[in-house]
Amino acid sequence: MPGAIFAEGLVKTFGDVRALDGVDLDVPEGTVLGLLGPNGAGKTTAVRVLTTLLKPDRGTAVVAGIDVLKKPNEVRRAIGLSGQFAAVDEYLTGRENLRMVGQLYQMSARDAKARAGELLERFNLGDAADRIAKTYSGGMRRRLDLAAALVVSPPVMFMDEPTTGLDPRNRQQLWEVIQELVAGGTTLLLTTQYLEEADHLAHDIAVVDHGRVIARGTSDALKARTGGERVEVVVHAPEHIGVADEVLRGFGKGDSKIEAHTRKVTVPVSGGAKLLVEVIRELDGRGIEIDDIALRRPTLDDVFISLTGHAAVSEEEQDRKEAAS
Amino acid sequence: MSTLGGAAAGTVTPRALGGVGQSVRDSLVVAKRNLIRMARIPEVVIFGLIQPIMFVVLFSYVFGGSIAVGGNTDPSTYRQFLMAGIFAQTVTFATAGAGAGIADDMHKGLIDRFRSLPMARGAVLTGRTLADLVQTALTLVVLAVVAVIVGWRTHAGIPKAVAGFALLLLLGYAFSWIGALIGLSVRTPEAATSGGLIWLFPLTFISNAFVPSDNMPMVLRNIAEWNPFSATVQAARQLFGNLPDGYPVPSAWPMQHPVWASLIWSVLIIVAFRTLSVRKYRSATA
Repeated sequence: MPGAIFAEGLVKTFGDVRALDGVDLDVPEGTVLGLLGPNGAGKTTAVRVLTTLLKPDRGTAVVAGIDVLKKPNEVRRAIGLSGQFAAVDEYLTGRENLRMVGQLYQMSARDAKARAGELLERFNLGDAADRIAKTYSGGMRRRLDLAAALVVSPPVMFMDEPTTGLDPRNRQQLWEVIQELVAGGTTLLLTTQYLEEADHLAHDIAVVDHGRVIARGTSDALKARTGGERVEVVVHAPEHIGVADEVLRGFGKGDSKIEAHTRKVTVPVSGGAKLLVEVIRELDGRGIEIDDIALRRPTLDDVFISLTGHAAVSEEEQDRKEAAS
Repeated sequence: MSTLGGAAAGTVTPRALGGVGQSVRDSLVVAKRNLIRMARIPEVVIFGLIQPIMFVVLFSYVFGGSIAVGGNTDPSTYRQFLMAGIFAQTVTFATAGAGAGIADDMHKGLIDRFRSLPMARGAVLTGRTLADLVQTALTLVVLAVVAVIVGWRTHAGIPKAVAGFALLLLLGYAFSWIGALIGLSVRTPEAATSGGLIWLFPLTFISNAFVPSDNMPMVLRNIAEWNPFSATVQAARQLFGNLPDGYPVPSAWPMQHPVWASLIWSVLIIVAFRTLSVRKYRSATA
């Protein structure tokens, strides 16, 4: 039986650009799929197709058991969408925004009013409820946007880069809301450029690049594909590098790597924390003083680079984002 | 999960989808939203009034003495003649408002939000054009008061005067649908504003709005007499009793039957541009 979100062979071209080039997705009910990829990978296009905003050139999509292409309006009733921009009316108050959305979800005026009040409290917007959204901070607008997507407690939610541009505190708050939502049984498809975010929130991750899903699995499984863990040692005295290298190679499963200028030796291992203890004992036994030692697991950044040959976010973009925040 | 799937959400019995009832309801919800916005950004409405008031004053006192209507150069005759033209030009400016508003909604991602909701397809646009109709009506009321102050009067009775204003409003409503299509077709609200205005100047000046068409070169004269805009101006003038004695009514059909011509043109514009706009809306991308 297909999951709450199911897509097969989605293709969408804009002129010469194949934004989606045969995307398959299957998200079991009550789970979170993180769609991870750089700008222009096709994440947003996939969300737009699944939320009825865009017709694919080819392929099928089923959301909450309803065919997206055949019965778009019924799909709309079962989904919530929170996009890259906080899509709220700046000249309406928070309360007016939510009441309007509720009524357009075909709730009665009374139900929409009650629900708006409830959500404003839940999203810590109670004090600002009757101020126009123009006066809200970026984080508040994003929360209002998310509240709007949750007006009918839809069984399936789509969030397109929900925390892009938010400061760490607001991001943390939003993550908590998302986790609560998922704990309540909502199925969620989330796109992100932040590997940390996918790692933190998603049960399953689909890595997207150039309109294709190039890898799929749990965060741990994806990391394991990139190669396992490694031990890193920084020795205190430069003349000890040779001995440390010899010790590490004795424990390692492959070639060691020496960075002389930082006095660092790295070697791939298997055996986890227990092995680390043995390494320390051996180094100590040989009288080698160490400044730092660590067991490193690959990050999703490593995964991304090994899968695509380029980083998830270019350095230039990273700089721009940091400068902006 | 107590709060996110709250009590109100649990008890909601959604209404049936589809049908005229839903279209009307959704359109009114969107219209209310746009009216609230107008009330909170009153400068838009106020700026919308300044230009027509300026035109009333400029044309009445600067050009008025030099323009002969039906062989009569009395400025007060021209003032009677002029007002229907200014009223009609003013209602067509609804085009720019509707266009800019919809382009702005696209730009801010609101159209995406609306399109992801189970609402009637045309409601976002209908709601916008209805709100613009309210704004146009308010503008006309203020302008009519200014016109009365400078000496304008109706001479054919109140029912006919009301019918004249109704035709003007219908024309404004039709033009706001042209604006809707422009708003959905351009990339920025600024482009929608200028795209909604530039063609209005030739349209409203190559007409009978400010001067009688009988002194124009033949080509322009034909355009002016078949211009949809001229039909409404002529109809309003007739219904207000503002056609001076001895005014030569052109022989073109729309000028001979201006009320019918005005109705037909406005309804045609609404049907055509509503159809095109709603189709465009369904595939709109920010």
